[in-house]
Amino acid sequence: MTALLQHPGYDEERLKGVAEKLPCREVQAGMLLSLMGQLSHATVSCVECVSIALLFEQVLLSFFGCDAASLLPRSPSLSDFVRVYRQQCSQSPAKQTRYIVMEKAELLRDTDASLLSALLRLQELVEDNVTVILLSEIAWDKFRPNTGCFEPLLLHFPDYSKSELQQILSQNVHPSYSAGFYSAYINILLGVFYSVCRDLRELRHLAALNFSKFCEPLAEGKVKETDTHKLWKHIEPHLKKAMQTVYLREVSSLQWEQMQQMEEEEAGALRGLSAHTHVELPYYSKFLLIAAYLASYNPARTDKRFFLKHHGKIRKTNFLKKNEKTSNHLLGPKPFPLDRLLAIFYSVVDSRVAPTASIFSQISSLVTLQLLAQVSHDDQLDAPKYKCAVSLDFICAIARTVNFDIVKYLYDFL
Amino acid sequence: MATSSVSKGCFVFKPSAKKKKKTLSLESYFVQGCEDAESSEIRFRLCQELWDEIKTDTEVLQDELNRTILDSLLDFTRKCSSTRQNSDWTSQMRASEIPTAALMLGVNVPDHDMTFQSLSDMLKQSVSPHVASVQAKECGALKHLMKKVLERLMDTVVVVDDEDEEENVETSPRVHRSMHCSLGILCDWYTARTKKSPTGTPGKKRSSQVRDEQQQPPVVIIFKDLEAFNPRVLQDFILICSQYIDRLPLTFIFGIATSPSTIQHMLPHSVSSLLCIELFQSLSCTQHLATVIDKLILASRIHFKLNGKVMQVLIGVFLYHDFSVRNFIKGLQLALLEHFHSQPLSVLCCKKKQALFNVTQLSKPNLDRIRQLPSFKRYVEKQEAQEQVNLMTDDSHLKEVCQQLIKDLHKYHKNYYPILRCLHTLTSSLPRYPLGKQIRELYLICLAKNVWENEDYQSAMKLVKMLAKGEMVSLLQKCVEILQLSKSKKMKNALVQLEELLAKFKQLDTATEMTPTVEASIPSPIKNLQKKTDLFQLQKTLLEMNESRRAKRLSPFENLRNEALEFIDNLVKSHLSPPESQPLYEVCYYSSSATVRRHLNATPRTSIQAALSNPYYYLQNDSLKSEDGTVSNTAPDICIAYKLHLECGRLINLYDWLEAYSTVVSAAEGNDQDSENFGKVDEVKQYPFRKKYFSQIILCCCCLSVLLSE
Repeated sequence: MTALLQHPGYDEERLKGVAEKLPCREVQAGMLLSLMGQLSHATVSCVECVSIALLFEQVLLSFFGCDAASLLPRSPSLSDFVRVYRQQCSQSPAKQTRYIVMEKAELLRDTDASLLSALLRLQELVEDNVTVILLSEIAWDKFRPNTGCFEPLLLHFPDYSKSELQQILSQNVHPSYSAGFYSAYINILLGVFYSVCRDLRELRHLAALNFSKFCEPLAEGKVKETDTHKLWKHIEPHLKKAMQTVYLREVSSLQWEQMQQMEEEEAGALRGLSAHTHVELPYYSKFLLIAAYLASYNPARTDKRFFLKHHGKIRKTNFLKKNEKTSNHLLGPKPFPLDRLLAIFYSVVDSRVAPTASIFSQISSLVTLQLLAQVSHDDQLDAPKYKCAVSLDFICAIARTVNFDIVKYLYDFL
Repeated sequence: MATSSVSKGCFVFKPSAKKKKKTLSLESYFVQGCEDAESSEIRFRLCQELWDEIKTDTEVLQDELNRTILDSLLDFTRKCSSTRQNSDWTSQMRASEIPTAALMLGVNVPDHDMTFQSLSDMLKQSVSPHVASVQAKECGALKHLMKKVLERLMDTVVVVDDEDEEENVETSPRVHRSMHCSLGILCDWYTARTKKSPTGTPGKKRSSQVRDEQQQPPVVIIFKDLEAFNPRVLQDFILICSQYIDRLPLTFIFGIATSPSTIQHMLPHSVSSLLCIELFQSLSCTQHLATVIDKLILASRIHFKLNGKVMQVLIGVFLYHDFSVRNFIKGLQLALLEHFHSQPLSVLCCKKKQALFNVTQLSKPNLDRIRQLPSFKRYVEKQEAQEQVNLMTDDSHLKEVCQQLIKDLHKYHKNYYPILRCLHTLTSSLPRYPLGKQIRELYLICLAKNVWENEDYQSAMKLVKMLAKGEMVSLLQKCVEILQLSKSKKMKNALVQLEELLAKFKQLDTATEMTPTVEASIPSPIKNLQKKTDLFQLQKTLLEMNESRRAKRLSPFENLRNEALEFIDNLVKSHLSPPESQPLYEVCYYSSSATVRRHLNATPRTSIQAALSNPYYYLQNDSLKSEDGTVSNTAPDICIAYKLHLECGRLINLYDWLEAYSTVVSAAEGNDQDSENFGKVDEVKQYPFRKKYFSQIILCCCCLSVLLSE
């Protein structure tokens, strides 16, 4: 395999080290090596570059040192970068190709539209032997700016196959166990998780978490290392459970380890994140939330029917439009103005409430708690619009605490 | 200072620096407009002493309440940093996760600040000097979040390339130019710090033992209000942090107000898989309030009291509006200030010794004020005729009596709270809670009127009568414990009696085994039933049976239980009478619930309406005074426009409205109809009027539309 990785610029040992670090990528690595040769490079993570200034600075820093980076003006533009680059490059011309490696390049799409196309033609702009490498998990088709750009060369890294995953994961052998034993464990683990998860990092994490349980019968002396079937019997239900909890991050890895140490019945007491949905709210906040839910899921024209005592006759055929019914919950919450919210609030709350400042401040605190969402722009002062952002189950639980039968007031369930 | 803009908007007028007045001292603010200026100094001092006491008490309380949760958080951060330095296989495999504590705090957001403050102080003291807390409103974008974190950790100014921070250009020297906010810089800084750290940073005294185990103190970042953060910003930040986790021992603390599932709503799997989250639940705010009430309100050592209505307002604001204990204490502070400010007799609201002294110092007008007090009048009416005359005329006699009354008031408080607690322990576990589950509910009932006349009290007593022996004894035991804390004479007597009763209960255990059952001696009427009987006879015998059962001799336990109840009932009747029944109660009790409500629970709409329809209410200008609700033509334009708008029906014609307005205003400027150039004025005035007032009219329209949108 290592035969693929050969280059006059690098000594054998170093290439071997790289090959060990990157198992199962020999083909791609060999290809890159033959294309590029020895590298002087700048690696930039696009998540970290909160502004393009930071991106430029990092590039200049790693190519020409910090003096060059400080030449950039405050909030530099692309042309500033090109200017400084050219200036530096003329002082220290490249002997070999310079490479700029951009991790998570998909984030470049969110910056200035011209940046991506400019980077792709950077070589022409700075008149230097420089190449930009974009690393991304997204297909190139999703990148292409509207204005069109210089097409890059694409190198596809295929997914790891199951056997490759097996090979990679087997490398993290626990020091006190044999490699064969660990490899058998990985085999079992992949058997359970491969169908739902191909993420190497995630799998490695899961392998680490469940290994102690796997070794349990061994430590008790019940089973020999080679008795894979018995070990499988022991670990399989456990892994299934892990798939429902720790894999979904319902419980953290630390809690999972604690659960493993606890007895079965005790472990039930440790609940996952989504089990805690109960929220304690002040009395009027509850009613405001109920009113918001009603306003979001009932058509406005039905308010008269629900909240007016003497609403007169509303013809049933007219009232119940066929398409509208039952579909409101499928369509999701609709925005409503503040006035409607308050009107419904005053009619559902059972006592007379003065329209005090704290009622209004409760609305905004519901927004910060993300139970309501403000739809209109912040600048709009007079008639802000909101949406209710809670689920039916949640609002039912809230309504139950104040003895309010919310289902009666919902158009969908009429 | 004027704007001629017609568009909607807020205009900010920054006060020029020169105009700043010399700030008055607190005391002079207090004395201003204070009734009875002579004693105001003393009152101010008393007020401040009391407030300081309350403040320190609440801080101590808060610390105690938060202790468990904070301790567990500290443990968590310590454990995280120690496992990171650990090199065994499992912790190596988990090293890529950022340890995260999700701290559930409840929706009472205003209270969280104090918790976070003490948390970060404690962390800095005992775990790591590197603690930064950020809140959502200062971190709209990733770079701002980064900047805040870096600034707070490194204690320096970090420059962000940002157009709207022009001021920084001048202040920050060019040197900082290279300090771009990236975690890489933080990393370098951290390694530099930890390398030289064993020598110790000056100015921070910590035990060397702590330092030894903390070669690599964790870097803790506290997100105070997770919900309010922009999810995108948070995700990116976590992604970046996870890239540095091998070099920088980061730990996050998320402050969550609603429920832990918010984390799942905000962060996708790819991000949340970078975290190792552990949940921490803090004390609920209702429990917190209960402790505050228990320690501050139901304590005889704090002499300032709230009457039932004010209590109701404060508790109402808490339960119905914000769940905020801090606001509750603010309300208490407001009431305290108002009481000492508006009630001259509040000089007597202090410790007994000082109060007795202050009585001797009372001035003539203050003595007259005492005579005017309703509670004192009631007291006088009960006295004999001669005594009545003495009280009303002889000042020195009045002072003596007042001293006695003050003593009585203090005694009343000393007895009141232990008995209240006893009653609460007895009734708080009854089915359906006739007297409330929380002691505050019972307290409100007791403040309102004689509790023993309350129907709920009767039913509660009936339920207590049905208690089994074990329960009864344990409840009485608790009452004994409560009474033991009290030092007053009467309570000690009560304690002795109660202990005797308890002893009797305990004797019963042995006694019942000794005495043979007496039931056999009662002739059973059932035997008679076996004969043939007609309906009437049957009814009669049944009635008899019923009678006999009722008259059946009570078992010794039941006797004793009734005795105990009677004893409790007597205690309640003699000590739990409402404060209004006590002479001079006005000295200690603040009763203006309307003021408190107005300040704490403002009603903008009503205020606007009041200002529009009655401008004198706020402007206090005599020319605006008007009778029968009419608005004089000198009133502000908007009031006139509002008034005219009210006179119209549902719809209003803008032209007519403006016409009517100009008529009213021109009348104000002295153009009576007889003058010859009346007709011309209109034309001349109309243009400037429109130009000048159009914006006001529009504004008025806005206001009105707000007011009318019910």
